[in-house]
Amino acid sequence: MSFQPVVLWSDALLFVLIAVIVALTLWARRQEALRAAWARVLKDGVAMAAATVLAVFVLIGLLDSLHYRARLPDQPGTTARYAVEVNSALDALLSDLRLRAEKTYSAPLATHLYSKEALADSTQREFPRLKFGGAHLGQDLSNHEFDIAIRVSRGCAGGLVIWLLLVWILVRTLGLELRGRFPFVVSLSNHGRGSKRPFDKLRANGGSDTAQGAASGAIFITLLPILLLFGIAISLGGGYHVFGTDKVGQDVLYLSLKSIRTGLLIGTLTTLVMLPVAVLLGILAGYVGGWVDDVIQYLYTTLSSIPGVLLIAAAVLMMQVIIDTHPQWFATSAERADARLLALCLILGMTSWTGVARLLRGETLKLRELEFVQAAQAFGVGRLAIMRRHILPNLMHIVLIALVMDFSGLVLAEAVLSYVGVGVDPTTISFGTMINTARMELAREPMVWWSLLAAFSFMFALVLAANLFADAVRDAFDPRSS
Amino acid sequence: MSILSVRDLSIHIKAARPVDGISFDIAAGECYALLGESGCGKSMTALGVMRLLPAAAQVAGGAVEFEGGDLLALPESGMRDIRGGGIGMIFQEPATSLNPVLTVGRQIIEALELHTALRGAAARARAAELLDQVGIPDPIRRLEEFPFQLSGGLRQRVMIACALAGAPRLLIADEPTTALDVTIQAQVLDLLDELRRKQGMALLLITHDLGVVARMADRVGVMYAGQLVEEAPRAQFFAKPAHPYSVRLFTALPDAERRGGRLATIPGSVPAADVRHPGCRFVERCSEVMAECRTAPPPWRDVDAGQAGGQRVRCFLAGRAPAVAAGVGAGDTAAAVESAPLLEVADLQVHFPIRRGILQRAVGAVRAVDGMSLRLMPGRTLALVGESGCGKTTAGKAMLQLLRPTAGSVRLDGVELTTRSAGELRPLRAKMQMVFQDPFASLNPRLRIGDIIAEGMQALRVDAGGTAKIGPLLEQVGLRADMATRYPHEFSGGQRQRIAIARALAVSPQLLICDEPTSALDVSVQAQILNLLSDLQRDLKLAYLFITHNIAVVDYLAHDVAVMYLGRVVERGTAEEVLRSPRHPYTKALLAAVPRVDGARSEVPKLAGDMPSPANPPSGCHFHPRCPLADDACRRAYPAATRVGATHAVRCFKA
Repeated sequence: MSFQPVVLWSDALLFVLIAVIVALTLWARRQEALRAAWARVLKDGVAMAAATVLAVFVLIGLLDSLHYRARLPDQPGTTARYAVEVNSALDALLSDLRLRAEKTYSAPLATHLYSKEALADSTQREFPRLKFGGAHLGQDLSNHEFDIAIRVSRGCAGGLVIWLLLVWILVRTLGLELRGRFPFVVSLSNHGRGSKRPFDKLRANGGSDTAQGAASGAIFITLLPILLLFGIAISLGGGYHVFGTDKVGQDVLYLSLKSIRTGLLIGTLTTLVMLPVAVLLGILAGYVGGWVDDVIQYLYTTLSSIPGVLLIAAAVLMMQVIIDTHPQWFATSAERADARLLALCLILGMTSWTGVARLLRGETLKLRELEFVQAAQAFGVGRLAIMRRHILPNLMHIVLIALVMDFSGLVLAEAVLSYVGVGVDPTTISFGTMINTARMELAREPMVWWSLLAAFSFMFALVLAANLFADAVRDAFDPRSS
Repeated sequence: MSILSVRDLSIHIKAARPVDGISFDIAAGECYALLGESGCGKSMTALGVMRLLPAAAQVAGGAVEFEGGDLLALPESGMRDIRGGGIGMIFQEPATSLNPVLTVGRQIIEALELHTALRGAAARARAAELLDQVGIPDPIRRLEEFPFQLSGGLRQRVMIACALAGAPRLLIADEPTTALDVTIQAQVLDLLDELRRKQGMALLLITHDLGVVARMADRVGVMYAGQLVEEAPRAQFFAKPAHPYSVRLFTALPDAERRGGRLATIPGSVPAADVRHPGCRFVERCSEVMAECRTAPPPWRDVDAGQAGGQRVRCFLAGRAPAVAAGVGAGDTAAAVESAPLLEVADLQVHFPIRRGILQRAVGAVRAVDGMSLRLMPGRTLALVGESGCGKTTAGKAMLQLLRPTAGSVRLDGVELTTRSAGELRPLRAKMQMVFQDPFASLNPRLRIGDIIAEGMQALRVDAGGTAKIGPLLEQVGLRADMATRYPHEFSGGQRQRIAIARALAVSPQLLICDEPTSALDVSVQAQILNLLSDLQRDLKLAYLFITHNIAVVDYLAHDVAVMYLGRVVERGTAEEVLRSPRHPYTKALLAAVPRVDGARSEVPKLAGDMPSPANPPSGCHFHPRCPLADDACRRAYPAATRVGATHAVRCFKA
C-alpha cells in the first residue's frame, strides 16, 4: 500500500456522528409527525438553498477528515516507512495548492511578491517574481489580464457544463417530474446565470407540488453559482494564487478550505458533548423537582455567571499543560493538535449546555402538569419511563431547534477564542487562527487584506447558510406556526 | 331599524370556508344570540364584523353595514374608530384579555382617551364611574390594581367596563361566561342584561349554551358549518325548534327527566370547513334526510307563514320534522344497596405550603382540601359538585394518590392508601383510574392509540390477553379496532375522550374518577360520552366519582351528590335530596344560578362576590361572607354535620 490510513479521534467521532444522523433520518422517515415537519423543510426554497451550501461545506469537511500517512520511498533492507506528516484526502486533491508555496505575502492573482527584496543579480530592491503564481506567463507579463479573463471564462464554461450535466442526471435518476422541470431548465439556460425569473414563475404557480418544484429549483439555482465559483477557482488556481499567499507563502485558498473542517467539527462535536448533558439535566430538573431541581439550577446559574471566555481560557490552558507534559501520548503532531481540538470541543460543550438545559427545564415543567403525564402516573408508570416515553419525545423539536441554532454560534465562538489565543492548536488551520494572524497583517504597511477577506467570506457563507437552515427548521417544528 | 346588518358574509381561509354566506340583522337595543357548536364559525363571524380576522383569513364576499355605513369599505383608520367606539367586544377568557402589566385604571382610561374627549382627572372619574356601573365595589381603589389582583369574575367586569368606555351601540360578547363559574356567570349575565336595557345597547351574544340563550336573547340564530340554519324569536325557538339540528341540540341536553335513559345524540361531528356541500350541510347527521336534501341546498322557509319577523329555517321540512323522542329515563337503575363502601374518604386534607424568604420557610398553607369525608358504594355514581377553586380536582387527585394528602385517610375496598409507598400502591392502581377534563392534553401526541391504551396494562402487568385486548376495548367505547395504529391528532375531541376512557378501562378498574370529562366537549358529543359512561356502568358495574360543575349532568347521571365549598363538603345526600330539596344556602344559590333552558327564573337570591382564597379562609363557616342567612354563630365556628335524613347531611347552623 502506498499509504497508511490514519483515523484521528475527531475523524472517528465525526463519522460516528454521520452514522447517527443517517440512522436518525431512517428512523424519522417512519415517524409521521417528524416526516411531516421535515417535509415542510424540504418544500422551503430558502431552506433547501441553505442546505445545498451546507452540504458543499460538509463534503469538503468530510474529504478533509480522511487522513493518511504517505509511504516513503523504499530503501533496501528496511520495512516500509511512512511520512510523519498526516495528510487528508483534501490535501491530496489540493496538493498543487499545498505544495506550491511562495516565499511570503503575495496579493490575489499576483505575479510578484508583495514586498521588495534585494535581488541576487541587482543592487536594487525589487518585487521578485513568484515561483508559481503566473509562472506560466514567462517574462511577457502584458497578457496577464487577458490570461485571467480567459481562465475565468473557461472556468465559467466548465462550471456551467457540469451544472447542466448534474441537473440532467438528477432529473433523470431521481425521476423528478419532467413536465414541471423541463421548461424551467430550458428557460434557465436561455436566461443564463443568475436569472431568478423561472424560479419566481414556479413559485407563483402555487400549490404543493409546485412548492416541491420550487424547492428543487432552489437547489439547482444554488448549485449554479457554487459550480461556477468552483470552475473559476480550479481554472485560476492552476496558474495563480486565487486568494494570494500568507506570511510564509501558503496559499490562502488552501487555508480557507482546510478551516472548514475545524469549523464544522467545533460546531457539531461540541453540540454532541453538550446535548446529552443539557437534555438529561434539563428534564431531571423540570420533572423531578425538589432538591434535584435546586442543585441543577444552582449549577447552571453559577456556570453561566462566570464569564465564558475566562472559564474556557482557564480550562484550555490546563489542557495545554497536560498535553505538553505528556508528549509520549501522541505519535504525530497532527494527533496532538487533534487532541487539543477535541479538548476545546469538550470544554465549549461543558460551558454551553446551560441555555438549552434552562429551556428544556421550563418546557418540562409545563409538560409535567399535562394530563397525559398524570394519566401515566395514575397507572404507576415509573419516573424514568415517564421521562423517556412522555417527556423526551415531546421535547425533541426544541432540542433540534437548539441544535441547529447553536451550530453557527459555536463556529463563531471558535473564531473568537482562537483570536484571543485560547482556541485550537496554532498548527491547526482554522478561521480563528486566520483572523488572529490577520490582526498583524492589517496593521502592516501596505496592508495585507486578503486572508481576512477569505476567512470572512467562507465563514459568512457557512454561518449564514446554517442560520437560514435553522430558521426553516424552527418554523417547520414550531407547533404554533403550523 | 337595524343597527348591524350582515349580508352574505363569507370568510375563507385558503380552501376552508369557516363562514359561508351568513346574513342577519340586529336591531338597536336587541340581544341577538348566535348559537352553535365549536367549529361552526360563530367567532369567525364576529371577528369578520370587527375586521379583526387572523392573517390567513380573508373576507371573500358579502357586506357588513353598521348604522348604515359599510364596514368592509372603511379604511383601517376609520375602522379603529368603530372598534370600541361603535362596536365593543368582550372575549371568552378574562385571564388573557387584560394586559397584566398595566393597572385596571390605565386600561380603562386608555379606551376612554381613544374614544372620548375626556382627559386626566375627568377620565379617571369616568373610569371609576364605569367600574361602579359594572358592579365592582370600591372602584377608586380598584383603579390602581393590576389584573392579577382580581378574580375571574371581576376581570370580566373590568373587560366589560373597557368595552363600555367608548359608549358602543353594539357589544359583541364572544362566549363571555364560558370560563366562569355558574354563580359568577349569573352575575355577569345579569350585568350585561341590565346594561343593555339601561343604555339601549344592542348585544351580539355568541354562545354554545342553550341556557344562556334562554336567559338573554331576544332572537336566536343557530349556526351550523358556517351557515345560519334557523332564525327565530326566543320564545318560538324554545317552544318549538324547527331545524332538525336545533331539535337535537335540545334532546341532547342532560337533565333529571332523562335519568337512567339514553340521551339523544347527533351521530358524527360537524363537517370540516373545507368540505363542499352540494345540498344541506346537516345531511350526514340528519335522521329525516330525503333525496332532495343531498342535491340542492334548502332555501329559507318561514315556519309560520304570515307572521312578520317570525321563525324561519333552512330546511325542506320547514319545521314539520317529526319530534325526536327524547329518551325518558327509567329512574335509578342501581338501587342503593347496603354494602361495604368501595371508596371511603375521611377527613382528607391537602395543604400546599406557601414558602417565603431565603430559607423557604413555610409561612402558611393553601388549604385546597380541608377535611372532606365521603363514601362511594360499588356500582354507583357520586357527583362532587362545586365552583372552580373549591378543591374538587385536588381531592380527586389526592384520592388517587397522585398528590399525597397532608392528613386523613383514603380507603379503597377497605385498604388504606395514604400510608402506602409508590411501589406498594402499584397493584392497587388497577382498581382505580381517572378520566381527565381536556381530551387534547390527556393523550400523548407522540404515541399511537394502541400504545396509549397498552401503557397501563404494561405498567401494572395486567396483560390478560395483552395487546389483543386493545381492539375489543376500542370497540367497547364505540371506536373501531383498526384505529389502534393512528395518532391522537387524527381524532376529534369526543373520540379522544373515548380513547381516554378506554385507556382507563384497560386495567379493569372498579372505580373511575371522572374529572369534568365532558366540560371541554360540545353538547351533542357530551351526550355521546354520557351515554357511554352509563352503558359502561351498567355492563361493568363501575363506580364513578364524577367531579363537575355542570348541575344538569349531575341531575342526569349521579346517584349521590356531594357539594363542596372551599375545601369542605357542605352538603351530601342522594341526588334527589340535594337537588330537589337543598338545605345549605350555598347549594340553593348554586342551583339557582344555573341558567335554565325553559327560561324560568329562580326566586333564590343570587350569590354576591367570589369564593374567598383557600390560603386565607374566613373564620367560622367559610360561606358566611356570601351567605344571606349568616349571623354571629356562623362567624365564630364551622358548623358540624347535621343529619337531615338517612342519607342527607348538611353543614349549616340554619339547615
